[in-house]
Amino acid sequence: MKSIPGINSKASTDFAVLKPPARNQVSHWHPNSTSFTRWLSELSILNCFLFILLAFVFSSLAFAQSNYTTTDAVDALFRWMPFLLKSGFFFNILISLLVMLIGTLTGIVLGLGQISIHGWLRKLCWAITQFFRNSPWLVLLFVVMLAFPFQIEIFGLTIPVPDWLKAVIGLSLPIMANVSEIVRGAVISVPSGQWEAAESLAYTRLQTLWQIILPQCFKRMIPPWMNWYAILTMATPLVSILGVEDVLKLARDATEAEGNHPELLMPFYTFVLVLFFIYCYPIAKLTQRLERKFSVKG
Amino acid sequence: MPEFIADFFRQLAEDHPRWNFIFFYEPVEIQRVLSGIGVTLQLSIVCLILSVVIGIIGAWLQGSPIKWLRNIVQGYIQFFRNTPPVVQLLFFYFALGQFTPTYSPDGWLEIPWISNVGWAIISLSFFAGAFNVEIFRAGIESVPDSTKEAAEALGYSRMKSYIYIILPLAFRVSLPALNNNLVNLVKTTTQAIAIAVPELLYQCVTIWNNYPSAQYPAMLFLFVFYIGLVGLIVMGMNRWERQLKIPGYGV
Amino acid sequence: MMSWTEDQPMVSIKDVHKSFGDLEVLKGVSMDIMKGQVICIIGPSGSGKSTLIRCVNALNDIQQGSILVEGQEVNDPDLDKLELRKKVGMVFQQYNLFPHKTALQNVMMAPIQVLKQDKAEIEKQAYELLKKVRLEGKENSYPGELSGGQQQRVAIARSLAMNPDIMLFDEVTAALDPETVKEVLVTIKQLAEEGMTCILVTHEMGFAREVADMIYFTDRGVIVESGPPATFFDEAKDPRTKEFLSQIL
Repeated sequence: MKSIPGINSKASTDFAVLKPPARNQVSHWHPNSTSFTRWLSELSILNCFLFILLAFVFSSLAFAQSNYTTTDAVDALFRWMPFLLKSGFFFNILISLLVMLIGTLTGIVLGLGQISIHGWLRKLCWAITQFFRNSPWLVLLFVVMLAFPFQIEIFGLTIPVPDWLKAVIGLSLPIMANVSEIVRGAVISVPSGQWEAAESLAYTRLQTLWQIILPQCFKRMIPPWMNWYAILTMATPLVSILGVEDVLKLARDATEAEGNHPELLMPFYTFVLVLFFIYCYPIAKLTQRLERKFSVKG
Repeated sequence: MPEFIADFFRQLAEDHPRWNFIFFYEPVEIQRVLSGIGVTLQLSIVCLILSVVIGIIGAWLQGSPIKWLRNIVQGYIQFFRNTPPVVQLLFFYFALGQFTPTYSPDGWLEIPWISNVGWAIISLSFFAGAFNVEIFRAGIESVPDSTKEAAEALGYSRMKSYIYIILPLAFRVSLPALNNNLVNLVKTTTQAIAIAVPELLYQCVTIWNNYPSAQYPAMLFLFVFYIGLVGLIVMGMNRWERQLKIPGYGV
Repeated sequence: MMSWTEDQPMVSIKDVHKSFGDLEVLKGVSMDIMKGQVICIIGPSGSGKSTLIRCVNALNDIQQGSILVEGQEVNDPDLDKLELRKKVGMVFQQYNLFPHKTALQNVMMAPIQVLKQDKAEIEKQAYELLKKVRLEGKENSYPGELSGGQQQRVAIARSLAMNPDIMLFDEVTAALDPETVKEVLVTIKQLAEEGMTCILVTHEMGFAREVADMIYFTDRGVIVESGPPATFFDEAKDPRTKEFLSQIL
């Protein structure tokens, strides 16, 4: 077989989305099952999740010792909710969208670099990809937040770089690297016969890539790309460790403003967890559905 | 640390004030980095083992005929997969940690039975375990029914065929995905800084807060350490994968 | 429990009904197999022959009727499956060897792990069994390194290691290349000649004629016709049997 630069080598894309486990439906009636287990079995996954959380919250009622009760804490949470949602969680979403945009655009360039015909470019792009894929996100965030200048000068123009923008850059780096791997993995998943067929029809390499190869693997790139979007969204609260005011930071500020009672922690952190769950769970479900749909057609 | 290395870095710090590798020649800082590495490795290894155990038990429960048991496992997976690990850490440590019983060695201090390191281990193990359940589940489903049937025909009970036949095969299929997840776990241990677990990132932040001149060296060191550690894991797992490869059996 | 003696049928199948959902695949099948007999079940695909022998081994449960194996009732919710499977060995169409173990280990596994027999002793026995199926020198090969016929003979040895009284063969040559079919049939014939009670589901008519004591022809979930090979093949009465035989012979 003819060797095609950057195409025939092995991929190591971690398409981390797993197929959902097929649950074998047990439909026949168990005469000895109590109504409780039947009720439990009819709960959907989401309900099950909320049920566990509720159990946590109510168990905390039993432990309440000071005058400040969990009911007070829940009242406090309801007062803060609109603020946490509007100024906090929407900010996280905003960050995630911006990061995804930057990370995807740079990642596609880097990924195409990884299948370049120039050996040095291929190696360089591979090294950059591996470096940012394998570094912990938090270390990258720390480095960008602390080592990046707080303002940059372009053509004599001084542009300030606020903390949130640094956070966006810091989170974009691992997304860029992972999108790069998705692109490379998808391109080399197209059988090399396609390259040869295109070449025999006098397509140039660039034409082959844009008109033959990428249209074939575009669909296959969507599920892992969405998966990374969900992972990214769940990484956004990391910026709070560096003092950026996201939902997690605001939640902590709010509990402090309410007098730092330990009873506040459970409802506030639960709220943050629920917010992320409500946002990320449908994305995960959709990702699985698309993956199944695309994998059938191959 | 051999003296000539310490001397080299001491000299480097004098010549280039921004490249003060203080943690290579100052005994206190050397100790700090070493203990940070120790905690990171401890977190990684303990969580790794626990998460694999959780994965195996979870995958076993998912094959159970009892529907509500399967639903609980599924709820657990979805909870940990779709919420941020750093919020999980805070939730476990602050929200659940306040209910852990305490003991008092001297009558004054109240020390909880589960420390922040303990909560980090619990939280991260459950986080990685949720992924492992699905990884092992997919592996188990890849074992053909006919192989399970052959075991049954030879008199294997469900438990025994799970231990001797299904798991050894499923494990081999699961290894690449498991590999990815373990790398992810090691990277996620840095997030334990949120609950002040003194792992390597925490210690490095402490160092550069004390000695701003050590900021770039410490950052460089972090990259070298984590990429090295990830590289070691990937290499080790790949070697293991090759060793376990069954002749003539395409996984 | 009534104790079983050798003058009674070793396997006694009575009015067995089996459905998968709405689809009834066995509609009242009965047959008796005496010790040392070799029974061949033939018939078009989908006629329920594989299902029938899987029921004997309790791999499939039945809705109605009775299967007695050496006096032990298989259609019983409290059935001791281990006890049954010690008596009944089974060989599958797709061999179903355990791919992560060598040929020798495949033979040794169940006696050690299920029957808790002594390892040294069973190892000796396993070597002998592999020799018996003419696989000397292949002890340390993995299933993936063996041909289909060789794998199938390992599977036979693996079943024999449990020291069964009855062997079930479920279309064991259907997945094999024509040239390796013979080596497996020779092994089965050898077993039959040693007096092993065998129930075979097969498409190999020549082989059935040669080794079988009784032939059963099944179609659409019932036994259409049965008899010793000589009368069955040459004097078939039922039109369905005649049609089937004319297509196949």
